[in-house]
Amino acid sequence: MSVNPELQGRSYPPTAPYLVGREKVREFARAVFATNPLHHDVDAARAAGYADVVAPPTFPVVVQEHALARLLADPEADIDFSRVVHGDQRFSFSRPIVAGDELTATLTVTSVKSLGGHSMVTADALVADASGEHVVTATSTLVVRGDE
Amino acid sequence: MSAPALSSLALGDVVAEAELALTRDSLVRYAGASGDFNPIHYRDDVAASVGLPGVLAHGMLTMGLAVQPVVDWVGDPGRVVDYQVRFTRPVVVDPRDGAVVTVVAKVGRLDEDAARIDLTVTFGGETVLGKAQAVVRLEP
Repeated sequence: MSVNPELQGRSYPPTAPYLVGREKVREFARAVFATNPLHHDVDAARAAGYADVVAPPTFPVVVQEHALARLLADPEADIDFSRVVHGDQRFSFSRPIVAGDELTATLTVTSVKSLGGHSMVTADALVADASGEHVVTATSTLVVRGDE
Repeated sequence: MSAPALSSLALGDVVAEAELALTRDSLVRYAGASGDFNPIHYRDDVAASVGLPGVLAHGMLTMGLAVQPVVDWVGDPGRVVDYQVRFTRPVVVDPRDGAVVTVVAKVGRLDEDAARIDLTVTFGGETVLGKAQAVVRLEP
């Protein structure tokens, strides 16, 4: 079973605003072994010119997941989640995420390819702040394994 | 804490190295922090039922911790302006012994205002992340 090739180019509506909490940033930082004071200490972050604690570089995955959930739930996409493997991931920042940011993600499927019975679906999640400014683009390729 | 200057770097310089010890506790902590509760990351029976050699670390956990030596080197996570990896091999986390992931960070490219740091990330002597590259903004 391969993924519907007509998905290529499809966009989904923006996700509901995600408010980045200070304790969430600290919790995520601890989970990825991130000990830099700018993740944990508000005074250190402010002294470095940030409004609040800074999220680790892979934190946007939390917001991206909400956007990818729409693709995975799309009946026309027909993606069997139990066969999905994460192929690659990229984050391209305009600026770092800090606590207090209110973020939305808009997902666009940029490519659907078939390779040896597997399908590879690449999607960009454009993450923007409350004023609509770009913060980060999170790009994922999902590999959907074909029937054995 | 000041970041290294671009002029102090040469291609191939090793700028950071680390050995990071993961345990099953790390996976549970990451599941909670990230919201990724796929049971292959904490249940041996589920991992076995889908043909995996054991409980695996989340790829995004491996990606997340592999960049930390670079963040510590530049001193400011906001200097990481681009970060990408390819997930090439899983990290199997033993229930008792855990798993040790090794990271070596080298200068891969020098631009006018940034350096690309190439990461070699291994577990059990084998590379687990391909094309693992972090671009860090630096002053001349």
